[in-house]
Amino acid sequence: MTPSILAVDPLFVGGVGLEVVVIVVLKVLVAFALLMVSVLLMVWFERKLISDMQNRIGPNVAGPWGVFQTLADGIKLFFKEDLVPDRADRKVFKLAPYLSLVPAFLVFVVVPVGGDFGDDNRGVVRWFGNDTFLQVADPPVGILFVLAMSSLAVYGVMLAGWSSGSKYPLLGSVRASAQMVSYEAALGLALAAVIIKTGSLSTNEIVASQSTWDWNLWVTGFVPFVIFLIAATAELNRPPFDLVEAEQELVGGFHTEYSSMRFAMFFLAEFMNTVTMSAIIVTLFFGGPAGPDLVGPGWLWGIVWFVLKLSAFLFTFVWFRATLPRFRYDQLMDLGWKLLIPLALGWLLVIAALDIGRDRGWNSVLVVAVCMAALAAAAALLSAAIGAGRRQRELDEAARTGPERLGA
Amino acid sequence: MGYLDGFAVTFRKLFEDRVTAEYPEVKREKPERLHGRHVLNRYEDGMEKCIGCELCAGVCPASCIYVRGMDNPEDAPVSPGERYGFVYEINYLRCIHCDLCVEACPTEAITETKMFEFSFTNRSDAIYTRDELLVGDDGRPQDLPWEDWRPGEDVATSAWMRATSPAGDASYVGRVAWSGELGYGVRPPEETSPSEEAGTT
Repeated sequence: MTPSILAVDPLFVGGVGLEVVVIVVLKVLVAFALLMVSVLLMVWFERKLISDMQNRIGPNVAGPWGVFQTLADGIKLFFKEDLVPDRADRKVFKLAPYLSLVPAFLVFVVVPVGGDFGDDNRGVVRWFGNDTFLQVADPPVGILFVLAMSSLAVYGVMLAGWSSGSKYPLLGSVRASAQMVSYEAALGLALAAVIIKTGSLSTNEIVASQSTWDWNLWVTGFVPFVIFLIAATAELNRPPFDLVEAEQELVGGFHTEYSSMRFAMFFLAEFMNTVTMSAIIVTLFFGGPAGPDLVGPGWLWGIVWFVLKLSAFLFTFVWFRATLPRFRYDQLMDLGWKLLIPLALGWLLVIAALDIGRDRGWNSVLVVAVCMAALAAAAALLSAAIGAGRRQRELDEAARTGPERLGA
Repeated sequence: MGYLDGFAVTFRKLFEDRVTAEYPEVKREKPERLHGRHVLNRYEDGMEKCIGCELCAGVCPASCIYVRGMDNPEDAPVSPGERYGFVYEINYLRCIHCDLCVEACPTEAITETKMFEFSFTNRSDAIYTRDELLVGDDGRPQDLPWEDWRPGEDVATSAWMRATSPAGDASYVGRVAWSGELGYGVRPPEETSPSEEAGTT
């Protein structure tokens, strides 16, 4: 196999010829089209499902069951006047939507959307006489690329709010960047547990390692999945963590001043992120496209399983939105910093310890006992520290306000 | 699991009946006392009920009614009294359909129909004049081009709609205390509720 920074795809083994380039271009186009269509459907699905959960009907006029509603909205937005506020930083203002759209697109590149993972096949399918993966690229840094892109998305949100020259967008973007940056830590730590178990950053390898029902969901012991799901919801700025665009407080959050296609781009990015994040969750914890081949070609079943698993998570995200009330800002930060990050870190250490223990032949019962004791001690220390911090803050508060109250 | 109960609730909602009525296609039955577009009524002999007293204009919280009274011409009186409503305008860009004008009217001249589906594209259409508000020769409201009347919206507009009568005084329950009306005659009293019946005995 030709060592390459870009990819370990078997497509490139025989060198890069015209045919290979055509296949890659084709894959890019298909992935792009697929993502756009899935976003269209996702917007419709979300509106329809949320109205079903609220005893409403939802969009039902444009097309059968209203599936073309998104298309109609898109056309409408396309023809609307494009406003740039007077006090906006014009260049940054125009750049920001692209900064949030492009990373959303790029994340999807590393997601294996199909492929035959049965019989040690590692997801290779034959296409026009060439072996390849059903994903646009499989870089060795794989999952780190996802983290990098989701970090880049913060810039779009932050610059949009900053350049609008208006206070609500600024407040919204400050919240957004604080939230996204702090939940990224929990996201990364939960992901590290998967990486330790798989031993690879490549998304294809991660899926291949789960192909025999060894889903990371139970291999890593549920906790990383739960943390990842919560952190992903926060990272996506979806309810119950949608403080970024809390309508009651911030009008529309960072995109208040945006209209027309630029506004549409933010929305596109948001829903695209939802789709790709669900795809990442499926890839990391639920074996991606891996699943039993029932009848017919293996590559087809890969896609079927992937779409099924993906839909389950899209449903979950909408379900969250229908069910959970929005968090308060301090509760959000408490949950992230004082619960999710310590828990993710602790779990990561336990998983690492168990792995090393198995390699060295240590007594596994003893390892578990020591780990639990260490975790309990750490939890006690942490809660003591948080409690001490709170008491100190209350004392400071009393010291600051006390004399004034007496004087008044 | 207390925290997760909410998920069960929202999931159950998926299979429940929808409460939405798809409005332009499906129209719900309107309540009997719905406040819609006004009419100016006539007596059974065709005389206008309005006496141009301007009480409606005075009570209107939105100041949307403009009335000017005038002495009846001696040879061809418009109303049975001394004066009649010479100018009568309601501005539907301002009207809030509170029905206070109907309450204030001493002669039941102005009442409200149940028709609220009217949309105009200019200001002069929005300001209804006396000619547009007056009932026709058959006693029915006029059907203007920008209005969407449905059967039953023009009936039972008057008399009993006044909330102060007859329920205000128990001894007046069931007694007709209003005048007849062109096209309808004297309307029968509203069916009283059981509690009102109990109050009289």
